[in-house]
This record gives sequence, C-alpha cells and structure tokens, in this order.
Amino acid sequence: MNAPTVLHELELGATQTPPRFSATFDPGTMAEIRRAAATGIYDIRGGGTKRKLPHFDDLLFLGASVSRYPLEGYREKCGTDVVLGARFAKKPIHLKTPITIAGMSFGALSAQAKEALGRGATIVGTSTTTGDGGMTPEERGQSQTLVYQYLPSRYGMNPDDLRKADAIEVVIGQGAKPGGGGMLLGQKISPRVAKMRCLPEGIDQRSACRHPDWTGPDDLEIKILELREITDWEKPIYVKVGATRPYYDVALAVKAGADVVVLDGMQGGTAATQEVFIEHVGIPILAAIRPAVKALQDLGMHRKVQLIVSGGIRNGADVAKALALGADAVAIGTAALVALGDNDPRYAAEYHKLGTVPGAYDDWHEGKDPAGITTQDPALSSRLDPVQAGRRLANYLSVMTMEAQIIARACGKSHLHNLEPEDLAALTVDAAAMTQVPLAGTSWYPGQGGY
Amino acid sequence: MCGIVGLLIKTPSLRPRLGELMVPMMIGMTERGPDSAGLAVFTPPLAGGRRKVSVYAGYAKDGDDYDWDALVQALNANRDAGATVEAKGGNHGIVAFSGEPEDIKAWLKDYEPALKVFSAGKSIDLYKDIGTPAEVATRYQFAGFEGSHLVGHTRMATESAVTPDRAHPFTAGEDFCLVHNGSLSNPNGIRRMLAPYGIEFDTDNDTEAATRFLEWRLREGDSLKDALQKGFEVLDGFYTFLMGTPNELALIRDPFACKPAVVAETDDYVAIASEFRSLAHLPGVRHAHVFEPAPEEMYVWKA
Amino acid sequence: MESVKAPMKFDLAVTPLREVNQFLHKEAPATPGLQVKIENPNGAHAIAAGMNAPLDVTIEGHAGYYAAGMNHGASVTINGSAGTGVAENMMSGKVHVKGFASNAAGATAQGGLLVIDGDAGLRCAISLKGADVVVGGSVGSFSAFMAQAGNLVVLGDAGEALGDSLYEANIYVRGTVKSLGADCEEKPMGAAEREVLAGLLARAGHLDVDPFSFKRYGSARTLYNFHVDNAGAY
Repeated sequence: MNAPTVLHELELGATQTPPRFSATFDPGTMAEIRRAAATGIYDIRGGGTKRKLPHFDDLLFLGASVSRYPLEGYREKCGTDVVLGARFAKKPIHLKTPITIAGMSFGALSAQAKEALGRGATIVGTSTTTGDGGMTPEERGQSQTLVYQYLPSRYGMNPDDLRKADAIEVVIGQGAKPGGGGMLLGQKISPRVAKMRCLPEGIDQRSACRHPDWTGPDDLEIKILELREITDWEKPIYVKVGATRPYYDVALAVKAGADVVVLDGMQGGTAATQEVFIEHVGIPILAAIRPAVKALQDLGMHRKVQLIVSGGIRNGADVAKALALGADAVAIGTAALVALGDNDPRYAAEYHKLGTVPGAYDDWHEGKDPAGITTQDPALSSRLDPVQAGRRLANYLSVMTMEAQIIARACGKSHLHNLEPEDLAALTVDAAAMTQVPLAGTSWYPGQGGY
Repeated sequence: MCGIVGLLIKTPSLRPRLGELMVPMMIGMTERGPDSAGLAVFTPPLAGGRRKVSVYAGYAKDGDDYDWDALVQALNANRDAGATVEAKGGNHGIVAFSGEPEDIKAWLKDYEPALKVFSAGKSIDLYKDIGTPAEVATRYQFAGFEGSHLVGHTRMATESAVTPDRAHPFTAGEDFCLVHNGSLSNPNGIRRMLAPYGIEFDTDNDTEAATRFLEWRLREGDSLKDALQKGFEVLDGFYTFLMGTPNELALIRDPFACKPAVVAETDDYVAIASEFRSLAHLPGVRHAHVFEPAPEEMYVWKA
Repeated sequence: MESVKAPMKFDLAVTPLREVNQFLHKEAPATPGLQVKIENPNGAHAIAAGMNAPLDVTIEGHAGYYAAGMNHGASVTINGSAGTGVAENMMSGKVHVKGFASNAAGATAQGGLLVIDGDAGLRCAISLKGADVVVGGSVGSFSAFMAQAGNLVVLGDAGEALGDSLYEANIYVRGTVKSLGADCEEKPMGAAEREVLAGLLARAGHLDVDPFSFKRYGSARTLYNFHVDNAGAY
C-alpha cells in the first residue's frame, strides 16, 4: 500500500488519536517553505488576494417595505448611465453602465484577449483601459471608449496614443501591490511585447515603482498640467491608487487636479507579482470606500470628482453596494477574464498538466494559459476567439447591470446613483466598522455609542 | 507636499523691501501649497534680556478679533514683565517681555488654554494660518515686513490635518525654525526616540518631529553641520529643509532629491524656492547665478 | 526675391500658455519649419509640450518643468535653464538647453537628441528608451537608471549609482564616476564605439572633444533573469 498523505487514509489503532495539522504551519504553508528552500526565489503568481476578507457579502440591502416603495421593472426606468471627468476636460466620458474594464496590459494578456475586452465593452457602452506596455491597435480599434494608462515604467508610452485615447489614467499604484511596480517575466517577453516595451526578448522585465519624473502630489499636479497641455485640455485625467491610506490619497489626488480617482482594493488582480505582496499589502476595498468618499465630501467634491472602485467586483450586488457607499462607478479585471474563459473547466486536463485545477490556476506569469488569455504563446492565444469572447463579456456586463437595477428598483431608486449608505445593513461587526453601516436590526456601528 | 520660499537680503538699503519681494514668491507657490501658509521673519534682536513670543489666538473664543490689550494687562499684573503687544490680523500677537520664556508660556497656557505659542526668541516673529498664501499674506500684511531674512512656506497637507498649528514653519527652542517639502516615513519612530528626553510634541505633523530632532541636537551642543549630518542618518523619507536662525539660512536636500529646490543669488540677495517661477519677478534675476542645490550638501548663507 | 520671415513671437506674461501650446499643436504645423519665439517664460511649466511637427521654437529664459515634453519632430532651444523632466518622453527632434537642467532630464525619451550645455540634475536619462542625451557639464546621481536603449554622453562627471539596473543603453563619461549602480560595468571602447561617440558629439556641437578621453559603461546583464545569488542587487 502507498504511504498515506491525507489524514483519512490513515489506519489508526483503538488507542491512537488522529494526528492534527497546525493552523499556523498548515500543509500549504509547509509546502511554500519547502518550495522557497528548493528554489531560492519568492513565489510569484497572478490574481488578487485569495484569502477570505471582509467584502461586499457582509452587507445587505434593505429593500422596499411599508415605509419605502419599490419601482416596477420594465416600465419604471432605472437609469444606469454615468459621466466621468467633467471637472476640467472638454470631452468627458459618457458611459451607459457604471461597470468599466480595469487596466490590464497587452503583455500580461494576449492580443486576442485585449480585443475581446474592447469588443465586449463597446457592445454594452462602457470603457476599457490599457495597461503597462502601451496601447495596441487592436484595442483602440475595437474599444469605443479607451482609457490610456500612464505608468511609472512608461513602456510603450507615446504622445500619439495619448492623443488617440479618450481619457488618461495616471497610475500611482494598484491594489495587488501598492508601492510595487509591474512585473513581466521572460517567458512572456515575446518579440512583439519586447518591441513595444523596448526590451530585449526573453529577459525578465523589471519595473519601476515610482514615476521617473515626479514624486508627490505637488509635483503630480504639474505632471497633470503637462498631460492636459499636451492634449489641449480635452481629455479627463484619472489618478489610480491601490487602497492603503485612501482618505489622504483621494484628498491629494483631488488637490493635484484629478478629474476621476480610481481606487483598487487588495483583491484587485495582477498578472504577476510576489505572493507576499498580494496577500499582505493593501486593504480590502470594503474598508477603503468610506474614507475615500469622506475625503471627497470633506473637500466638497463628491460627485464632482468621480470615484471608480475595483477589487473583487463579481456581480450586480457588488456593483450596487459600491455605488450605495458613494462610488460613481466600478471596474472589473479578474471577473472580466473569467467571463472571457479564464480558468474554464473545459480545459481541466490541461490545467492538471500544469499541476492545478480549473478555478485555482494562477501561474499567469508563466504564460502557459490553456484558455489563451494570460499568454503570449501563439498556439494557445489563438484558442480565444475575440468575437465570441467579446460576446460573453457583453453578456456578463449586461447581467451585472440588470442585477444592479433590480436591487436599485427594489430600494425605490430610479437611478443607480440614488443608492445611498442608508439602504444597507451589515452582517458583521467588522463590516459595520469599516463601512459605518449599522449592524442589521440595529442602529449601531463601532465608533458610535449605544445599541 | 508643499512649496518653500526663503529670502536673505545682503544689501542693507534693500532690507525694507523684504516682505514686498517675498509675497509674490509665496503666491507663486499656491498650486503646490493651497491649504495654508506661514512665514518666519528675523528682526534685529531685542536688547537687555527681553524676549518675544508669537501667539496665535484663532482657536480661542473671539479669537479672530482677540483682546490682546487685556492679555498684556493681565500679564503685567501677574508678572513684572513690562509686556507689550503688537497685534496683526486680529488673531496674532507678538508679545514682548522681560522674563523666562518657559514661565511666560506657562502663564499664557493658564490664562487661555486655547492660545498657541508659535515661536519664542529674541529675533523671530512667526505667522501661520489656514487659507491660500495670498489670503494669509494679506491678513498679516507680509508685504510690509522689513528685515534681513525670512523663511516661508505654502502647504498641501499629506497626512496630518489642515489646521493653523500644523502649518509651517515649525519652531523649537528659541530663534530656530524649519520648513519642509516632502514626506518623512518614520516620524513616529523619531517622536518615540525623543520622548525619553522630555521632548513633547504639539502636533502629529512629521515636520514638527524633524524640527524638534534638529533643535535637540543643537541644544546638545552640535554645530548646525553636525546636527544636519545626524539628521541624514536618522530621518527617513523625502525632504528639502530650509531652516532659519537669527543670522543664517540653511538648506539641505535628502540623498534622493526628489523634492525640488532652486536658488538665485545676486550681490543683493539670495532667494530660494521650490520652483523657478517664484523667483522670476525678483530684481536682477535675469543676471543672477541660478542653480540647484545638490543632495546631501549643506548650504548656509549668513545674514 | 525671398523675404526672410521674422519669427512669430509669444509673450507668456501676456498670452496664456494654453493658447501658445494650442497654436503650436493646431495651426503651426501647417508651416513646417515655422520659427516661434516664446518670451518671458519665467519658469512656467509644460512650455511647448506635445509638439507634433518640425517647428523651430526658442524659449527666451528659464523654463519650468516638462519643457518640450513628449516632443515629436520639433527643434527647441532654451536660452536659460530647464526644470524637471525637460524633453521627457521625446519621440524625435531636438531640444537644446543652453543653461543647466534639473532632475529627470530626457526621462523615458524614445528618440531624438537632447543637448544640455550646463549640468544636469539627478536621474538624467532615467528609463531612457532610445533617445540620445549629451551633457556638456556633469550629471547627478542615479543617472541612466533603468535606461533601456539609446546613449547618454557626459563631458563632466557622474554622481552615485550611474546606470543602476541598466538594460541596453550606452553611457560615455569623460570625467569621474562617483560610483556605478547595480549591474553597470565599464565596457571596452574600440574603434566602432569611438565612431558612434564621435557622431553623437558632432551632432551635439562638440567638435573639438576627443572620443579617446571617454570611458564607456553598459549592462553586465546579470539581472536579465532572476537568480537568488543576485538578491542583494534588487
């Protein structure tokens, strides 16, 4: 008989007690220690925080009842449109739904995946965002509203693309690694990626964590001025931060002149970074929204400078809760990739060869994605049909939008933006403390006296 | 994040224009410092053992139009201080006296706990308040200041609140002030290191932590050079510091030098600012020696 | 007989910067080679940023941050100093600073030529992506940090950590180098390298400077693929 490696295979005598795993040194932890000892390198993976965190599931909506009346579906409209960036730009962004596609790079994703994202977003009337590495013709061609990221690395950054973009997003950080730079390992530096980023093929790309020509909000203000001058003040300027000190960061982004602030919680994904960075740096989006909104309110800028939040948005309920807490829009990244086909069970056999199972695959940095999404391998990426995948994304975005409308109507709202914190109740003390939404059945949250 | 300005006038006949030349410098730094502004000016020292304190009344009841005469009367009734006051902007008074500054500060705290003493010494006058640089300059009539040198600041608060007492300059001890552009990453550790020496902090502001650290070193007998050298070792983060004493201006930048500084020097003056556009109006600047201070070097100009 | 056109003048003390830049972007390109003079810059930021045509612009005085930022094809002369990020992300063309330049001169520039007659501050040519930068004076610390392609030529000295994390850009220094950054090492200077350098010096107007007086620095390429024994360099 093979030696048992799982507890239930052990045969115990009558006086033997079953062995116990340690909660601290659990099997996963021990495996990671063995891996580090064998390789001498930190674990790198894609995705966002995997451990359980306080999240939108800990909030519930208080639907209509005797004191509040719901709206009928179909005939009684519930608006979903949003305008972003009217503060200074001549041409603000008009979206039909407040669910946008977050920044993800060509390089991290295949060209087919970027095209699919553009197609799906355009069908539904929302925006996509370029990532670290620059704008591809496919994405600009397929995406009706394209936000152009301006990152510390400046890979592929050029003024012609700046002028072609509909908005510019100055990236200070992202939720997966606030304080860290981009990472793309040699396996994914294909000839095309290498050319766009001006790097030798096949080497590991190191990315800067700070912008090369400014540091601090006072100098960010001057950089934003330059971007406006270069684009003749036409385009909204977004500022993106990972969630750490959201109150200060949002206030400073506003003072530096941002039209829109994008706030990415720790659940926000990445194509590749150190596991410890993903799991242990940054705060959950649930904890970040209220301080961000308070900063805007304290400056008298709520709804004048728009707030887009991201990091673990999965369904229309998450969208509605984010809006109820005061956000103007949300962004999805991981969820969009899943809609395209990432981690799909139909590739189970191939995931098994990679040492994983569908739903758990996160070694995106290796560039071997069977679904053809987080890879540069031509054979794998050709599996993704951009038209079909775009259709899937459009379906998913429509479902989320309808789900949010259903909830909003049930709360008596004729527009998603009329959702407010008082429409919510909290299930846990943690969520109540983080959002200052009272515990269900009470009028209490931590920090406020009395039950 | 912030803007810093400094002006030292070498030519005595130009000293009456110190404030007039400084105000456009401060206003040029409004975008990088819109929340609050402040200025420390060094006048000829008070004689005969007299000292003065700059007192802010904005937090007190009727503080915007404070009854300074009543304060001085009460002080002279309680202490043989021969106190006088020069009031400006309603909420600010320079109280000159004979006596020990610590004793007078304690008395002030008793008299009206909401009063803040922004500076003490023989030479220094310090003004700071919330508002745009133009508003603060008008409130205290900066344009009329005369003297040999001053240090000014415009603030964009990073992590501590926008309040008058968190604006810069910060002072410690007597006749020493500092303004800061940047963000220190270990202010809490610095405060904890200084606490056992009996050093107390008025605010949670990182700049105050740096100011009290440097003043502590000076008080312990370090030369300015040595104190600043220790600063390089202890203070972590990004900083351009401009410091003032009765006869000097001193400037340093951290090794990464991410926060800007530019100097324009002529035979008549030395002017320092975060951006050149604050210097562009100065007389003769077209022919000035304009340069950027190097990181980790100490620049000291004598008044 | 051809008449010689006087340059168009803009006075920033009177005309808003936005108007000047919009003219340079929208109307000016109709006249390739158009000469434009910008007076009273007085340290304003983003002067002549975002040009996209072969114009000939002179800035009469000290420029603030990002002068000629993202220049694509124009020729810019600054008769004074330049603030942070002069010619940042330049795509093509030429920028000539007669005075000194502040930090991040030529940052992330992908093409064209940046000439600085005086000193340049810290992080000169940081993240360079193909442009050429020639500095008549010295450069500050962290210059050519993560520089990927292109050339940095320094007639004076270089500060600390020159070429830290260098990729494929080349660095030529005539004076002393205070210290080299991670993965940056001295490289051999043969006839071919001296010819490249001579060409750069000539384009920058340094006709009497001897290529033999320079040393070349480049990437040791040990950080191209991660190895744990190099962990100290990260």
